[in-house]
Amino acid sequence: MSQFLLRLEHLSCTRDGRSLFGDLDLTLSQGECLELRGPNGSGKSTLLRAIAGLYPDIQGTISTSDCLYWGHRLGLNGLLTAEENLRWYQTLQPGTVDLAAALARVGMRGYERVPCHRMSAGQQRRIALARLLVCDSTLWLLDEPFTALDSQGQEMARQLIFEHVQRDGAVVCATHQPLALEGARLMDLAAGQNPGPASPEAIMALEKEVAKKEAEDHGVHER
Amino acid sequence: MNGGLATAKPGTLFIAQLRRELTSTLRSLAEALNPLVFLFLAITLFALGAGGDPETLGAYAPAIIWVLVLLANQLSLEAMFRRDFEDGTLEQLLLLARPLFIPILAKVCAQWCVTGLAMTLLSPIAAMMLYLPLDALGVTMLTLLTGSPAITLIGAVGAALTVGLRRGGVLLALLVLPLFVPTLIFGAGAIMQAVAGMGTSAQIYWLMAISMLSLTIGPFAVQAALRISLEQ
Repeated sequence: MSQFLLRLEHLSCTRDGRSLFGDLDLTLSQGECLELRGPNGSGKSTLLRAIAGLYPDIQGTISTSDCLYWGHRLGLNGLLTAEENLRWYQTLQPGTVDLAAALARVGMRGYERVPCHRMSAGQQRRIALARLLVCDSTLWLLDEPFTALDSQGQEMARQLIFEHVQRDGAVVCATHQPLALEGARLMDLAAGQNPGPASPEAIMALEKEVAKKEAEDHGVHER
Repeated sequence: MNGGLATAKPGTLFIAQLRRELTSTLRSLAEALNPLVFLFLAITLFALGAGGDPETLGAYAPAIIWVLVLLANQLSLEAMFRRDFEDGTLEQLLLLARPLFIPILAKVCAQWCVTGLAMTLLSPIAAMMLYLPLDALGVTMLTLLTGSPAITLIGAVGAALTVGLRRGGVLLALLVLPLFVPTLIFGAGAIMQAVAGMGTSAQIYWLMAISMLSLTIGPFAVQAALRISLEQ
């Protein structure tokens, strides 16, 4: 049994000429939760995809055991029912929890035979959360799991993460909402690198500059 | 590294994937039948365009049937991985399925059932619409049965390569249509030989050989192509 579930060594990534993160070191053991924070475009999703093995264009080493990646694209076929979708995941990544129990847990009992494209965005995400229960995996990689969920759903997702950590699992969760989990480690990606939204004064100054430049260009053409 | 991953038996994996593909095909039947409708519509256009002259049509029938079968297959190929790519199941498959070529093979099988196999079964009707001599009907079906797996497998490689592109349709055609040439030559050639009353076993063996070769290389090529398309 390995001591750690995830280890990143000297991880760095450059995307479209911008450095997303550099020289990242991390060891995540059983029963630990890592909360990934950072502004839009700071590389949270890229880091999760890299850990899952979907983004090879990265320097450094990633050592990990089996993991469950839960990305922006939920991985639910809209034509198939909730049950059919989850059964397929059970074949790929078998688990011990019963499918009906998992659906009841995420508040979707009675939706077994409903095709996923007929569900709302939040309901689809609940079905995707049920997948976390029916598949056995020690390391969860969650990319913004709270999006589109109502407050009750967010609380439920938080509870699922908490219980998984309690059961000696590990979670890496990219989120904009505070996870509010006791003992969760926090990693802020590219803190201070993103300039943030510009102030109204700065925008007006920028507009003036553009207008001035345009006027100059126009003058050149006329001459 | 994936030592702890409990994996399903290859047979279970194949059947689960095949059932999944066939179920979603049945639920979007209109989309799945489009290539067949196109095939018969195009054959009707040829029949009308030739003014119903049995001599002219009969002489070109082998080529017309085979070219239209290739084009009809081409139409359905683009959608082969598209839906799975967009809803994220393709990346999950890439991450979780071990070995990956098994579900890929199941996808190809399901695709072949609604294109190659269906076209083989309906080809006698197509042949009669084009005034192909009746004694060449059996050979027509045999060429399609032995040649169409190669079309689906080669096409799947192109579809996997272009799935990440927003408008991959034309590129896909440019990629795979040249690769269909040997299949076309032997397929249409065999029917022409049969019409002339000569033996066709050589061509049929060639078609089988091309299909077998595609079957051994195809799934692994699709696997590599999917990685290129998804790892970004």
